[in-house]
Amino acid sequence: MAQPTITPTAAPAPQPGPVRSKSALKRRNRYVIAPLVLIGVNVVLFLVFFVWPGALGMLYSFTDYRGIGKLHFIGLANFQKLFADGSFYAALGRTFVYTVLSVPLVYVCSLGVAALLVSKAVRGRTAAKTVIFLPWLISPIVVGVIWKWLFGQDFGFINFLISGLGGNPLPWSSDGNLALAVVIFASAWGGTAFNMLLFIAALKNIPESLLEAAELDGANAWQRFRHVTLPGIAPTSFMVILLSTIHAMKEFAMIQALTGGGPGTQNTLIVQYIYKTGFEQSKVGYASAASMVLMVVLLAIALIQLRFNRKKG
Amino acid sequence: MATAANLPPAVAEEHAQPTRNDPAPRRRDGRTQPGNREIRAKASIPLTLLMWVIAAIYALPLLWFLLSSFKPGSELFSYPLSMIPREWTFQGFVDAWERVDFAQYFLNTATVSITTTVLTVFFSACTGYALAKYNNKGTRLFFVCILATTMLPTEVILNPTFSVIRDLGLYNSLAGIIVPSVLTATGVFMFRQFFLTVPDDLLHSARIDGAGELAIFFRIMLPLSKPILFTLAIFSFQWRWNDYIWPLIVLNDPKWYTLQVALRSIVGAENIDWPVLLGASVISLLPLVLVFFVFQKYVLNADVSAGLKD
Repeated sequence: MAQPTITPTAAPAPQPGPVRSKSALKRRNRYVIAPLVLIGVNVVLFLVFFVWPGALGMLYSFTDYRGIGKLHFIGLANFQKLFADGSFYAALGRTFVYTVLSVPLVYVCSLGVAALLVSKAVRGRTAAKTVIFLPWLISPIVVGVIWKWLFGQDFGFINFLISGLGGNPLPWSSDGNLALAVVIFASAWGGTAFNMLLFIAALKNIPESLLEAAELDGANAWQRFRHVTLPGIAPTSFMVILLSTIHAMKEFAMIQALTGGGPGTQNTLIVQYIYKTGFEQSKVGYASAASMVLMVVLLAIALIQLRFNRKKG
Repeated sequence: MATAANLPPAVAEEHAQPTRNDPAPRRRDGRTQPGNREIRAKASIPLTLLMWVIAAIYALPLLWFLLSSFKPGSELFSYPLSMIPREWTFQGFVDAWERVDFAQYFLNTATVSITTTVLTVFFSACTGYALAKYNNKGTRLFFVCILATTMLPTEVILNPTFSVIRDLGLYNSLAGIIVPSVLTATGVFMFRQFFLTVPDDLLHSARIDGAGELAIFFRIMLPLSKPILFTLAIFSFQWRWNDYIWPLIVLNDPKWYTLQVALRSIVGAENIDWPVLLGASVISLLPLVLVFFVFQKYVLNADVSAGLKD
């Protein structure tokens, strides 16, 4: 790569002579110093705001640090305590439940909407796309507020509709599972927009001829979708699932606004648990140990999905 | 710079290259290729209906929220609820703006979002270009590093990040939110992806003409990447405007609060002041809605395929 390959057509008057005769130092300037200057700032930011806290977090997890004073190493005690801590398991378990339920919903919603939006048979696609995209503009905090307002137990629109239709109002905020359901709906609502864009781009790249060939061979709409479209968008599907999974595992802001982890601590997810122990109770060492576990879980998820993807591809 | 004059057309041509993906799918519209395509292009009433029912479902939460924000406090909880306010009022917005020091939060958020966006776009362009066009050990290693940041988000290292911010003296300042947010993997990937599609020939001919490496980047490559630049700018603005976790750990003094932190403190209160909360939330949405409607083609038509998400 170090030597630019010069083709006669690249420039009107190719003069390889002077370029080649440049001193080694100058060439080094070109290919080493220049990119270094270009990436310099981001390298520094990466080291300061990623490597440093990462290393520090690992260090903290072996101490009983409480935010001030000297580090006092206590070995693996944090991890021992953590693995015997019921509330940690509860938070981790709830996070898994949330992820397992919300990721497929987000996936189905975004893909379904995207499929409709690229279908020529649908009228008014641009307007519909804009409407469905709007939630992307809304912050997780406000998404939480909107859904809290919609599903208010005593004053919400949904309970009003349910009782209007003759049903009994549901305890959306005092029942743990219903509260989680609202969180899942809200996450699907907020998460559809962006993934939909990814799917639309992928769907448009499927060659029309393939779909036509399948149609000529007598494949019905579902078969075409299942055997042509779905394999065609596999890389995008993989990316959407991976990103949504990681996103769901670290869900924080939206829940803070929507339920605050409630009722009680029933729907406290893992990041919220880390925040509570680390900042509100300032058990920094302990929270860092929990963070390390989350980090391992995220890495494992990424590696499993990567492997799965490779096998399929 | 003998061929400097030749550059613009060349540039224009290269420019078209990355977007050349577009026409192919567009051909499916049936406009360029009639035939059996026309049969498929016929409107299907069930599908259209389905689409619009779904769109209505997506619109409902937002619509209910918006309409509620125009209701007076007394009407918010009075049964039977009505979708359309019986009495329209702006009191909620006025209260939010005056009582909660909202103007200050608004200003803080705008400062953070705009500054970070400018820096993010610029440095992402630099890094993305270097990663795409200089293939050496250093850039390859840094690419892997950037990739790693997407797997290990800030949420995983909250406490140590706080310590770092504190030790750098950035605690409780807007700079503490701005500086760490400048590096985003998505931004770098977007630009890298784009510059990979720019032919190396362009780079080589500029080199032959004696242009310096940085001059090539600033005078040829950066102007080429304008569409990506806009797309990332909007993304970045949205991320920063809506960001919650960084301001939460960095800011302590209410005078530096951003909108999201302020909103969370309203909604986290024992007794939620709903009229103010509704008004405040709606106000917080306005700038993004405005930006979106002005620049929507850069978002909706962006061929988003890199790891775009923060």
